[in-house]
Amino acid sequence: MKFQQIDQFAAELKVDTRAAVYDGSKKGHEKRTKLLFDEFADPDALRRMAGDIKQHVIENLDTYLPAVEAKMKANGVQVHWAATAEAANEAVLKIMRARGATKMVKAKTMVSEETELAAFLEKHGIEALETDLGEFIVQIDGDHPSHIVKPIIHKNRREIARSFEREGLGDYNDDPQTITRRARNFLRHKYLAADVGLTGANFVSAESGRMVLVTNEGNSRFCLAATKCHIAMIGIEKIVPRDYDLALFLNLLARSGTAQEVTVYTEFISGPKSPAQPDGPEEMHVIFVDNGRTEVLASECRDILRCIRCGACLNVCPVYRQASGHAYRSVYPGPVGAVLSPLLMGDKFAQKADLPKASSLCGACNEVCPVNIPIPDLLLRLRNKAKEENVPSPGTPPMGAWALLASQPTVWRASLIGGKVMNYIPTKLIPVPALQAWANKRALPEWRGGEFRKWLKNRPKKTKP
Amino acid sequence: MPPADDREAILSRVRGALAPLHERAALPDYTTEIAVMRSVIAGRDLAELLGERMKRVNGLALSDASALVAHLRAGKFLHGYCDPALWPVLAPHFGADFKVETEFDRTRVDDYAFGITRAAGAIAETGTIVLNDATTSRRLAALTPWVHVAVLERTKIFSDLPQAVAALGSDNNVIWCTGPSKTADVEGILIEGVHGPGQQIALLV
Ligand code: SF4
Repeated sequence: MKFQQIDQFAAELKVDTRAAVYDGSKKGHEKRTKLLFDEFADPDALRRMAGDIKQHVIENLDTYLPAVEAKMKANGVQVHWAATAEAANEAVLKIMRARGATKMVKAKTMVSEETELAAFLEKHGIEALETDLGEFIVQIDGDHPSHIVKPIIHKNRREIARSFEREGLGDYNDDPQTITRRARNFLRHKYLAADVGLTGANFVSAESGRMVLVTNEGNSRFCLAATKCHIAMIGIEKIVPRDYDLALFLNLLARSGTAQEVTVYTEFISGPKSPAQPDGPEEMHVIFVDNGRTEVLASECRDILRCIRCGACLNVCPVYRQASGHAYRSVYPGPVGAVLSPLLMGDKFAQKADLPKASSLCGACNEVCPVNIPIPDLLLRLRNKAKEENVPSPGTPPMGAWALLASQPTVWRASLIGGKVMNYIPTKLIPVPALQAWANKRALPEWRGGEFRKWLKNRPKKTKP
Repeated sequence: MPPADDREAILSRVRGALAPLHERAALPDYTTEIAVMRSVIAGRDLAELLGERMKRVNGLALSDASALVAHLRAGKFLHGYCDPALWPVLAPHFGADFKVETEFDRTRVDDYAFGITRAAGAIAETGTIVLNDATTSRRLAALTPWVHVAVLERTKIFSDLPQAVAALGSDNNVIWCTGPSKTADVEGILIEGVHGPGQQIALLV
């Protein structure tokens, strides 16, 4: 391999895809900024406060988790725990089998992406249908989401129209309105025929045991109106202390994620349907999923567990815009993914150790993050971890020669003369491949080596007063 | 010995992970005022503001039943569902060209072009309608028809999100609806009416 994996992927990315991802993420970012700064006196104060609250939660999960469990049980919710992805999937299967259920409709949840729930259930003869439009398209294409909020940011309407045609959802038509209507008509009957609705949760209040779900399409509402059994798969870090905190987080999530003041549907769910209500789940299950989170909690990078999965850091990231989500080869792309994905790999950390290095540390992700996660710091910690674990780093020029040069004044001076030669070497003859690739796209400035030393030596000395 | 079950496994790993921390971050204190769009709300009549803010998110606030009937007629939304508790009051405004059912049949969801149910409240700041289980006669009727009409008492309008959160109460299923259902999944182009209503209307009474 010439370069590390993420760079290799970015280099081979189709022009169309890069353009789609670039435009999509840039638009999202610009709208967000306007919205936050127009309406709040001090938006940064909101981000810092939300960050402090979540930091408090993750550092006190040992008390919050049992507290939430007790509340939920009191509300009539059955609580399950899953240490691993496999355990989480098995728990879902067990609940479904106990009900004799064979059909599930799924709202978008990142945890179920981690555990690859839909594929697992399909293998066990259960229909598990994604209902979020983007996720639905990903599912029929056997593809993977490339953004945590906009799963098909990498696809254009023509590709989608071809997929719909292939799946028998009508003749080729690439009008987004027609595509959406066709999905509406197809999926509404699927909800009504389903036995179980599965969702995630954006927040869980420890005070009341309330789960909060936000969607724009209304698919989670449909899951909770049409089916008799609701299963929520929830990462153990999703807790906020009080109901009181929800207004702050909802304000930040909608603005950071999709540049809205509030998401179209915000659902506050604390238990099964009330007896007088004809529609909705009579049975409700929550599965708290660890799947690597406790390892993150034990690491120096635990701050990343504050993340509320808004996607703002993806939208603003110059690397994400160029590389697209699939380059990260994991459920979480972009800056959040560069921290979280390698950590969630556990002892296979090395396989994703390239991600923390694919960053210029510009800090934009930290600046937009609604929970103020110091992502660049965390990336540095992970680079350090990779170094300490001797993870190989293809494509990185060896720094040994540089270290030698920079630490020996005489050698350095001698090399300054050689530096000038670089202006005249044809790119093809540059001996280091990474440097050659770099120089291919750029012209070197005219060599001015030695100027600083000259200046330092001859500068007029300040006379002491 | 490995822990008996996943619950114990997770909790003991959490305790283990947190044990080395000398100090744990405290729960900060703040006022939710920081998350209120005060400049939007200040000095405004809440019903008027709600209408304005609903319009911004492509919702519609109407203040009398005849306006609603005219709107439905203009859109050719002639077949629908109405909460049986509301129908006696609304029926006189609907003409013979309408077919309105007070029982919702889930095997015929596509028959209903509109659904009329009660709102539990509203949030003026964001143009949001609040629904809950206690006031919604049928969850499906408020969700599946193209047009959802929420009948809202003027006295039940909150000014901002924190107020509405404080009033969540004991209902198991509270839903805030802000404008019609929508997506921007396909090339970032906004399309309304994905799985939920393509029109969200509040009828103020
Ligand atoms: S790290 Fe911050 S900006 Fe990125 S997705 Fe998570 S909450 Fe959003």
